[in-house]
Amino acid sequence: RSLCGNRELPEERRVRANDREYNEKFQYASNCIMTSKYNIITFLPVNLFEQFQEVANTYFLFLLILQLIPQISSLSWFTTIVPLALVLSITAVKDATDDYFRHKSDNQVNNRQSQVLIRGSLQNEKWMNVRVGDIIKLENNQFVAADLLLLSSTEPHGLCYIETAELDGETNMKVRQSVSVTSELGDPNNLASFDGEVVCEPPNNKLDRFSGTLYWREKKYSLTNQNMLLRGCVLRNTEACYGLVIFAGPDTKLMQNSGRTKFKRTSIDRLMNTLVLWIFGFLVCMGMILAVGNAGWEKEVGSLFQSYLAWDTPVNNFLFSAFLSFWSYVIILNTVVPISLYVSVEVIRLGHRYFINWDQQMFCSQCNTAAEARTTTLNEELGQVEYIFSDKTGTLTQNIMTFNKCSINGQSYGKDTHNTCRLDFSPFNPLADPDFCFYDDKLLESVKVGDSCTHEFFRLLSLCHTVMSEEKSEGELVYKAQSPDEGALVTAARNFGFVFRSRTPGTITTTEMGRTVTYSLLAILDFNNIRKRMSVIVRNPEGRIRLYCKGADTVLLERLHPCNQEVMSITSDHLNEYAADGLRTLALAYRDLSEDEWEAWSESHRFADKATDCREDRLAAAYEEIEQNMMLLGATAIEDKLQEGVPETIAVLSLANIKIWVLTGDKQETAVNIGYSCKMLTDDMTEVFIISGHTVQSVRQELRRARERMIDGRGGGVGKQLHGSPLPPPLPLSNLMDNISGEFALVINGHSLAHALEADMEAEFVSTACACKAVICCRVTPLQKAQVVELIKKHKKAVTLAIGDGANDISMIKSAHIGVGISGQEGIQAVLASDYSFSQFRFLQRLLLVHGRWSYLRMCRFLCYFFYKNFAFTMVHFWFGFFCGFSAQTVYDQYFITLFNIVYTSLPVLAMGIFDQDVPDHRSLEYPKLYEPGQLNLLFNKREFFICIAQGIYTSVVLFFVPYAVLSNATQSNGVPLADYQTFAVTTATALVIVVSVQIVLDTGFWTVFNHVFVWGSLGSYFIIMFALHSQTLFRIFPNQFHFVGSAQSTLLQPVVWLTIALATAICIVPVLAFRFLKLDLKPQLSDTVRYTQLVRQKRRKPPEGRLGARGGSRRSGYAFAHQEGFGELITSGKNMRLSSLALASFASRHSSSWIDTLRRKKHTHTPPSTSGECSPETNQIK
Amino acid sequence: MVKQESESANRPDNTAFTQQRLPAWQPILSAGIVIPGFVLIGLAFIGIGVALFVTSKSIQELEFDYTGYSNESPCSSCAQSVVANCKCSLNFTLTTLLQGPVFFYYGLSNYFQNYRRYGASKDDNQLYGDLSYFTSPSSSCSPYDYDSSKKPIVPCGSIANSMFNDTFTLTWTVNGKTNNVSLDGKGIAWWTDYNVKYRNPNVTPLKNAFNGTVKPINWAKPAYELDASDPSNNGFVNQDFLVWMRRAALPNFRKLYRRIDASGDYKNGLPAGNYTVDITYNYPVRAFNGVKKIVFSNVSWMGGRNEFLGIAYLVIGSLCVVMSVVMLIVYAKFKFPDEE
Repeated sequence: RSLCGNRELPEERRVRANDREYNEKFQYASNCIMTSKYNIITFLPVNLFEQFQEVANTYFLFLLILQLIPQISSLSWFTTIVPLALVLSITAVKDATDDYFRHKSDNQVNNRQSQVLIRGSLQNEKWMNVRVGDIIKLENNQFVAADLLLLSSTEPHGLCYIETAELDGETNMKVRQSVSVTSELGDPNNLASFDGEVVCEPPNNKLDRFSGTLYWREKKYSLTNQNMLLRGCVLRNTEACYGLVIFAGPDTKLMQNSGRTKFKRTSIDRLMNTLVLWIFGFLVCMGMILAVGNAGWEKEVGSLFQSYLAWDTPVNNFLFSAFLSFWSYVIILNTVVPISLYVSVEVIRLGHRYFINWDQQMFCSQCNTAAEARTTTLNEELGQVEYIFSDKTGTLTQNIMTFNKCSINGQSYGKDTHNTCRLDFSPFNPLADPDFCFYDDKLLESVKVGDSCTHEFFRLLSLCHTVMSEEKSEGELVYKAQSPDEGALVTAARNFGFVFRSRTPGTITTTEMGRTVTYSLLAILDFNNIRKRMSVIVRNPEGRIRLYCKGADTVLLERLHPCNQEVMSITSDHLNEYAADGLRTLALAYRDLSEDEWEAWSESHRFADKATDCREDRLAAAYEEIEQNMMLLGATAIEDKLQEGVPETIAVLSLANIKIWVLTGDKQETAVNIGYSCKMLTDDMTEVFIISGHTVQSVRQELRRARERMIDGRGGGVGKQLHGSPLPPPLPLSNLMDNISGEFALVINGHSLAHALEADMEAEFVSTACACKAVICCRVTPLQKAQVVELIKKHKKAVTLAIGDGANDISMIKSAHIGVGISGQEGIQAVLASDYSFSQFRFLQRLLLVHGRWSYLRMCRFLCYFFYKNFAFTMVHFWFGFFCGFSAQTVYDQYFITLFNIVYTSLPVLAMGIFDQDVPDHRSLEYPKLYEPGQLNLLFNKREFFICIAQGIYTSVVLFFVPYAVLSNATQSNGVPLADYQTFAVTTATALVIVVSVQIVLDTGFWTVFNHVFVWGSLGSYFIIMFALHSQTLFRIFPNQFHFVGSAQSTLLQPVVWLTIALATAICIVPVLAFRFLKLDLKPQLSDTVRYTQLVRQKRRKPPEGRLGARGGSRRSGYAFAHQEGFGELITSGKNMRLSSLALASFASRHSSSWIDTLRRKKHTHTPPSTSGECSPETNQIK
Repeated sequence: MVKQESESANRPDNTAFTQQRLPAWQPILSAGIVIPGFVLIGLAFIGIGVALFVTSKSIQELEFDYTGYSNESPCSSCAQSVVANCKCSLNFTLTTLLQGPVFFYYGLSNYFQNYRRYGASKDDNQLYGDLSYFTSPSSSCSPYDYDSSKKPIVPCGSIANSMFNDTFTLTWTVNGKTNNVSLDGKGIAWWTDYNVKYRNPNVTPLKNAFNGTVKPINWAKPAYELDASDPSNNGFVNQDFLVWMRRAALPNFRKLYRRIDASGDYKNGLPAGNYTVDITYNYPVRAFNGVKKIVFSNVSWMGGRNEFLGIAYLVIGSLCVVMSVVMLIVYAKFKFPDEE
């Protein structure tokens, strides 16, 4: 990425507002961005320079130079320059196209309009003309043009709201506030005279940090990230604001972050590079052998033969001749490393990429997005994935919560099946949300008949929450909920006639069964991770004070009044039922408070609130005090909707031996719940281990115990305990761990993971976790996600795939071998960092099992054939060397050498590499085991490579010695001997082309029309081109270049020549054919079997599917709070209630954005998250 | 079904190509094809092999080494002398008719016409009759491009310079009567060589074209005197020259010297009797342990004697049949798992 201007970065940056002359002294970058690499003039030199940085291209350039030395040149220069030029120009065209699109997008961005304050008036300027120090005006929903210091805003207190989706993928709004002195400036006239000077840090890529100082009117004001509007953000819900440009163009944090992503390479790539190096070594060895041979020959024979072949004057020495011969052989044997290899691989990958993009079955019609392969380089690795690391929210789930069931006073509502029709709320309630679905009319009846419990239940839901409402017009309510769970609950209450309308710091206004009621809000007992509940204390219009509480059943049921015993046991059963369905549950309760009780508690609460030390603990104690003796109302069950097809996909992927790890920031309960509902965890599992220790020792202990249990399980009895037995030695465990019977799962918490990832425990952790069928890591930070991926990459040498949709997944997407982005609701940041993107998790199975598998298969077949072909082609020269005095005489015509790889044999193998299929796509999904060869890397590895090479060398032996044996004494039928060089060359070349064509015919398993055209076309083109090159016409024009004139006709008319070719072909192909047939019979691969059965159309049994049946069991579910602490305080404090919908943003800003930011900050400190210690012992034991 | 406009914009095309559903032929190596295929190929190869072997056996070939390494050899004296045009003669007896058409070859062994620099050492433009290359031969001919007095050599280069220059005559002695066997030197080179690739400059007399040039160092007479009697066999289109200029692929090779003129007594080939080959021995090969031979051979439809081809076909054919039996046994024993 080239910047608009390069210069030394200063220690600090000084910007003076409205003073272009002053700022120009520093030569700050302008706001023009340039992501393109070339312009028309620099394209050729720069692009060529870049291309020659590739070793392969440089090598061929070096060969070209060698070929220009007449003493060495065993081949004309054009044999190298034609393919080289072809390769270079294909790459250049690709680069040019890419750059053209970058130019276009740059232009589009640079020409966006913005309003700049120049000499006291606002003028429209293009973005690229905005300078550092300018004051620009932003209007609602506009993109921020550069990194700005917020000066003033139309909102009170100089607040403004931004959405940072493009920057970090978070779609929630954030608040920014100007320094108070500037927020008073207000209108453009005052701003025009503003001459403050900002001194701040130089440009950097830290999105959440900024430090600077504003000097104005002899005073200093410190500036933080809170005052900054970064380029890429969008202004929301703010009429307009003014900002001072601090960083422009390439200096902005957005551009500083958009560095070139790390280039990922596939294992095949790495293997290929190793092999190419080996081949170079091989080439040098061949050259040496032949050079030594040449030395010997020149000494023993050549020196005597000088009467007919004088040594060249500069040579005149057999050693020097050998030296030259070495280089000559390097030139003619260079085709073992074909220049077209890399470009062919690229072409094939490009083809596979398009097939992914084109796949209709990976197109999501709801979101109207097709799958996209964002890189071309990784396709075949999709066929080798062993570990999938998946995010939960938005990836496995839709991140949409629906109110699914409820239990009110011991009565359960909500149908299991969707056979009853959806309830229509509109006649009953004009304020109902039309998108809300519920299927049990009994509940609606109960509301209508005025059952008091039911009414109280929904009243609680409409009051006890921290949701903000926005009423755009009468009756058109929009709820801004902090968590989707809360939104679902409040929406449910709304539909059942208890409509939350608006709130002020001290009141909550609802419409209850059509009647507007205003409650005064006395207190919000806020949620936190330890309390796992929240309460509100309200006074109704009649003056009665009541506490409403909702929270996790585990904590709430303990705090009930003893008289609730009966209801509690029924509700508890219901809760278990809901939990078993994978629903997120909450228990609801209330408590009536007398005025005195309230006064007393209120006093103690105020006291706790004002305390300076241990405020948190004191508050918690105060809350605890009043949340007692509550009356149970019932329970809610919310469905965290899984994405379509997730359980099926996971089942198929695990049948394909892919291990799936869920890495989520969610709580353990939620994560485990989802684990069950997407069938990663099943009740059939032998055991689910939970690692939630807080210390190194306890984590180690828990891991060890898990391993012991697994090894015990192998012996037989699941419940068998060997407490008395001594601990097994820790290290050789890895061997034992490989053959564990029984299915285990591991759930590990973020704070435990932090210990497990430490250097001395990671091996233990990996061996334990990898023996489990499913692993769930909860409460993990983005950095930990990446660390887990790195860990597996390091210890398992397996191909990893990370899939996620949020900004918090970027680190893992980037560190995994393959990153997949779900283009969902959480912004596009993950997609931008990913290698593949699509909109539904279920497309993953098709991407891996179909596209990945095919890509791998095709690439492997392509490489095998390619190496085979080139060895067969080139090694003939080696054998000929022994008969021509090691003189680097080529066997073939030079034109044949030039064209062999790029014309005669390139297209059939490309067609195979692009179109081949061993089994049809639906079979790959039906038989996930077909995926295994890729994981085990069976189709192309060093062994396969040597087999290919051996076959190639065998073919070259046949191709040389059969014509040698036949032609040396053969004559034409008119008596002319056939053993002349040109006849020999044509015979060998034709035999070669035919043998490799027959081989590709054997290798191609899927003959589309392209394969036919390419195979027969290439064969035809060989004969046509050969006849053309050997024609009299060309010879008459260039007598010196086409000295093979007449050879084609003269040779190919001879029956002996054809008999020779047929013989050579038979000797080359018959063993291959026999071997393949026997292998197919004796050791058929699954793909062979599937293909066979497919072709003979026999009836097959369906493969045993993973048990997708309903899960029973006694597991207690997690509660449905995805909340953050502190929201209640915000509401009651009354800050920023003007635009209620923005309170969320305000909240986020006060607490320094969302938890993503929190996590991000934590990754720098490495301390275990303090908020994550919520796991109470009861919930630890799942089974 | 109503299709939304916006949806169709992003939806990939539903064609067989983009969805990878192109109709395709999917061959599989099933026993029903492979085993009969092997049998058929095997039988075909055996058939061809038998035909080739029998044909090859019917071809007669006489080969005589006349290098003169051993003292018994008739040409041993010539081999040791350095005198030009040394004469020696070689006798042989045919007990039966050598069926015509009979070809007369000379053969060289341990001779590397396929050496890279040797093969490159000629000037195709010059040999195409281009006069400008007469005066300035291509550098590829070096060191045979100019002689010591810097005069251009025509034809230049190693190949031309090393042209084989032994000559032979054949006499048949029957009943004490000696007959000259007439040898035909026409059409022993490739048609394209004679008509396309090599040309004399369009100058009459031919000699004038060679003004200012010298003959190759090893040659006894210049190119325009190779066959002064017949202009169509002179200069660059001299058949012997063309035969020599067609490089051999291997270090042991034969080149066609003459055909036995199938007329008169020799209509059916060489009749039985005693023959004498009178050799004008010029070409030194002893320096590099070379061997010179003369060969008389007749041909069949498939050319000269070639036992390898027939045997190879027989071997491969039999192997195919054997393999098919093995495969049949394997197939019967480990039948392809049909179900599963």
